[in-house]
Amino acid sequence: MVEVVDLTFAYGDGLPVFDGFSWTVQAGEAWAVIGPSGCGKSTLLYLIAGLRQPKGGRILVDGHPVPRPRASTGLVLQDYGLLPWATVWENVALPMRLGQFYRAKGEAGNAERPYPRPDIVPQQVDAWLERLGIADQRSKYPAQLSGGQRQRAAIARSLLQQPNLLLMDEPFSSLDAVTREDLQLLTAELREETGVTTLVVTHTIEEAVFLGRRILVLGQPPNVRPRIVDNAGAGEAAYRGQPAFWAKVAELRALLGEESGGRSG
Amino acid sequence: MRRRDLLFGSLALLVLWQLLSWMLRTETFPGPWETAQAFVAAVPRGLARHFLVSGYRVVAGIVLAMLAAVPSGLILGQSPALNRFFSPILYITYPVPKIVFLPVILLLFGIGDTSKIVIIFLILFFQILVVVRDQAAALRPELIYSVRSLGAGRRALFRYVYLPATVPAALTALRVSIGTAVAVLFFAETFATTAGLGYYIIVDSWGRLAYADMYAGVVAMSLLGLLLYFLVDRLERWLAPWMFLSDA
Repeated sequence: MVEVVDLTFAYGDGLPVFDGFSWTVQAGEAWAVIGPSGCGKSTLLYLIAGLRQPKGGRILVDGHPVPRPRASTGLVLQDYGLLPWATVWENVALPMRLGQFYRAKGEAGNAERPYPRPDIVPQQVDAWLERLGIADQRSKYPAQLSGGQRQRAAIARSLLQQPNLLLMDEPFSSLDAVTREDLQLLTAELREETGVTTLVVTHTIEEAVFLGRRILVLGQPPNVRPRIVDNAGAGEAAYRGQPAFWAKVAELRALLGEESGGRSG
Repeated sequence: MRRRDLLFGSLALLVLWQLLSWMLRTETFPGPWETAQAFVAAVPRGLARHFLVSGYRVVAGIVLAMLAAVPSGLILGQSPALNRFFSPILYITYPVPKIVFLPVILLLFGIGDTSKIVIIFLILFFQILVVVRDQAAALRPELIYSVRSLGAGRRALFRYVYLPATVPAALTALRVSIGTAVAVLFFAETFATTAGLGYYIIVDSWGRLAYADMYAGVVAMSLLGLLLYFLVDRLERWLAPWMFLSDA
């Protein structure tokens, strides 16, 4: 699904964040990406989203390079990215409106589908609002919602376009603990229901262990080779709190600590 | 603003006016009742026509300024390169009082409606352009990223993000500059023309010492400004309802 080959990337003339970095995500996998601030985890996500371009090497999504964002990749950001002037329904329906806007191009039948699909109908918008539990809020504006409800709207919006890759950048970092755990569980359920390949960038160890069947650990730049932790139990509601869960948290913490220890030493 | 408060404000002003008029006791300062009589009498005798002429000029200036300034502001606001090129020009021209170009504009566009519309256009254009540009440039990148990630290209971003984002700012700029526009119109109409409220007040009424008529003209001009102000207020509530949310 995602092939990162010999990736090199730096901001401006600064130190490279990635230097000859290679990494592969298979279709249907659930990944978490974790690392200290400034390790380049969000940068990696933006590169895969097509919002930044590699300086060297290449990134293939679904077998194609991503010179611009493709509609079949969903992106959920920490600050929701909802239009403040549109109601919840209008926000979630945005992919439908864009699909109509680009109808001619959307029907061209391009495999990598950079344009939104032209065949979304209002009933699907209603169905996603229902599934995410925000149907009652449909006529409200984002400013009138809680953070959790806003993020639910953002997730509904990105799923409406039926993505085959869902990228989430610190999606629940600004939410309170209970809401965060609710939404983590919801994310795991939605992943099961849709089978979408997911990639969640987080700085929270528990979140990475709960959501990532495989966890990519990044360190201080430049990142040269990926360190991967397998975590088969992830995605089950009951996993949180089990001894295996805490063992994995400890393992990950040790790995991240080793990193910062290595830096100071 | 609540209806009751507006009514109260108007009443207080009328009372103040009447008191002043009684205190001054001069024919150059008639009271509200006298003025109202003159106003009613003047409406069919030309005041209505002057009101419509002035109204046409200021509305035409506003519409043209919006049509030109909103798209230009949007383009400058989302293109740092273009903005870098134009911003020194804007920086220099923005604070220049456009009214000083009135003689030039009169020479170029004659003494009819066109010159008045052009001067109003010039004043509003820069005000709206700068506000729209800054608003478009200040959009959070995350918002742009998420809409782009839904497959929106440049045209769709304009339509679904930049345009709606700048509507409230453009209307606020408009509301702030309406007072200036009407004032400038008044000034421009006071010479070398034969129609408009400025002409009516200064040339027609003041010129023949018809003070009550002059005040009728002043009232008409105030009503014009007030009407435009209400209109923009309405437009704001209609086009930007999300700016008027109560915390529900």
